Amino acid sequence: MSTMIVPTERANVAPEPTTPWRPTRKNKSISSIVFLISVVLSAAIVLLTGLAGIDGFGLAFFAVFMAATIVRSFRLNQKNRKDAFVGVLIASAAVLAFFPWMSIFASVILKGVRGLQPNFLVENMQFTTPDDELNMGGAAHAIIGSMLMVSIAAAITLPLGILSGVYLTEIRGRLTFLVRFVVQSMSGVPSIVAGLFIYTTFVNYTDAFSGMAGALALAVLMLPTVARTAEEVLKLVPDDLRSASYALGARQWRTSLMVVLPTVRSGLMTAAILGVARVIGETAPLLLTSLSNNSFVFNPLGGPIGSLPTYVFGLLQIGTENSINRAWTGSLVLMIVVLILFTTARYIGGKDKR
Amino acid sequence: MSQTVQTSVTSVDGEQGEPKVVRGLEAKNIHAWFGKHHVLKDVSLRFPERTVTGLIGPSGCGKSTFIRLLNRMHEFIPGAAMAGQVLQDGHDIYSPEVDAAAIRLKVGMVFQKPNPFPAMNIRENVLSGIKLAHLKVADHDAIVESCLTRAGLWKEVKDRLTATGGSLSGGQQQRLCIARSLAVEPSVLLMDEPCSALDPGSTLRIEETIKELVEKIAVVIVTHNMQQAARVSDFCAFFLADGGPGYLVEADATKKLFTNPSDTRTADYVQGKFG
Ligand SMILES: Nc1ncnc2c1ncn2[C@@H]1O[C@H](COP(=O)(O)OP(=O)(O)OP(=O)(O)O)[C@@H](O)[C@H]1O
Ligand SMILES: [Mg+2]
Repeated sequence: MSTMIVPTERANVAPEPTTPWRPTRKNKSISSIVFLISVVLSAAIVLLTGLAGIDGFGLAFFAVFMAATIVRSFRLNQKNRKDAFVGVLIASAAVLAFFPWMSIFASVILKGVRGLQPNFLVENMQFTTPDDELNMGGAAHAIIGSMLMVSIAAAITLPLGILSGVYLTEIRGRLTFLVRFVVQSMSGVPSIVAGLFIYTTFVNYTDAFSGMAGALALAVLMLPTVARTAEEVLKLVPDDLRSASYALGARQWRTSLMVVLPTVRSGLMTAAILGVARVIGETAPLLLTSLSNNSFVFNPLGGPIGSLPTYVFGLLQIGTENSINRAWTGSLVLMIVVLILFTTARYIGGKDKR
Repeated sequence: MSQTVQTSVTSVDGEQGEPKVVRGLEAKNIHAWFGKHHVLKDVSLRFPERTVTGLIGPSGCGKSTFIRLLNRMHEFIPGAAMAGQVLQDGHDIYSPEVDAAAIRLKVGMVFQKPNPFPAMNIRENVLSGIKLAHLKVADHDAIVESCLTRAGLWKEVKDRLTATGGSLSGGQQQRLCIARSLAVEPSVLLMDEPCSALDPGSTLRIEETIKELVEKIAVVIVTHNMQQAARVSDFCAFFLADGGPGYLVEADATKKLFTNPSDTRTADYVQGKFG
């Protein structure tokens, strides 16, 4: 029988760590250069020939990128060639899906950036008419109003939504069916109906439009999203973990609180993000509950309050050049606020993942 | 201290006139990292065809890391890196044109915890590798029967092949997993503590299975059970990590390693004096 000892030279210096399973840096940069050239070439084709529009661009990109890949793939083996071709398909689909989205993004930025001046972020519209020059007035009151209402809505729905998720997955009480049914039907409620509901109850009762009413309407819309997402992520926790905690003598609520919930922290953060995303751009329910306002309001019970969606809506209706510009800037700020919110939430929630 | 190790390995080296291409699996100067953490240092081992190799050593010395490097499972861990070569019949399995999935088809693996696919029944579990890899096979029933027989499970389950894998006991599940990895006809089977959760009866059955398997293929088995290593393996390799990265202390024929090891640490370990 042969021996298991391999004759090797002794290595005196420790070798560098390598990752041979990753594409090499050279290959990666060639790939991205080919990709970029394809984008530029297909843009040129769209500009210079009869092909037009997003679908024309997608088609041109597909053709150019495929041609480039065929040329490159002469040097590859069978498996890598297959990889390369599927890669072309995926990249083309991505470009097709990406461009409409990019064009929305681009037009909001291009049209909104003119009004994005310091005064826009610190001033309100109390003493400015929508028609005034863009270096006067601002949307600070709307930003503050939106943040205020969304924060209150989140403060109401996050505990409720997570509790309902915990009830459905951990406690599994007798009302499981009912809770799930209510949550599911709530997610079908049109936003204007949520607004009407708060209008006929809270607004009528307090006899005033207010930030609190707006927040309640948003909470109605936010709750089902948060509850369902929370339930889904809690379902992913393996039962082994629960058993381990019970076997240490932990009671159910300690297990849920200290083992199960921390395990899915980033998932619950996602639930919160989806909830906020669901409501931050809602306009209809706010028109019935918080109305709008041109000056600063910090008290959620202090009467009508401004918000970014109603700010945009109101200015668009006026329809003069400067007011429409302000509306675009409002949309841009709304987009940026959402971006900041999501990035922070991802950062906080992603920490537990290594 | 690693100096002594390497000396001990090279000094035992008796086969200078060996031809360059060796059949079977061979690891050359393997290092492994998790992020910046160097966990395995300069391990060279050969796994000839039709032999059982036992890997022993205290917990955390890099045995699992090492065998996961042998079938390219190491790369699934984020931050993992390696250096060195793993040669299969003389070809480096880490060279860029190699298809990792094809390597794993040839170098199978059985895990410490039995992991039959929960959504498949026993029969489907055995055939899963064939389905997953798109292999063409004429007679499925024959494969199911022969694999389950070789894994020592056929008699117990032949009347309930459509029961789910989860309905079996732990030992039966592990033998089902062995049967599953045999169905794709690997040429090497890696086993990471396959018996650590099993009773002596199931353990013995799996050891018999290993002895039958080795008539056709090479088996590499990680175990903490010295008797088991002595019983099943032809060769044995002893790993150690004293603070730094794990390294190979000694590798030799099992009989020699257990009765007359050349390193005192090996002697202490196999006699149960530490670890
Ligand atoms: N996924 C990982 N990420 C970071 N470090 C790891 C990871 N897996 C293992 N390690 C480290 O690598 C070293 C070797 O671990 P490995 O699992 O290979 O040991 P082992 O010899 O199989 O031990 P055991 O006998 O307990 O199974 C250990 O120090 C361990 O902490
Ligand atoms: Mg291990």
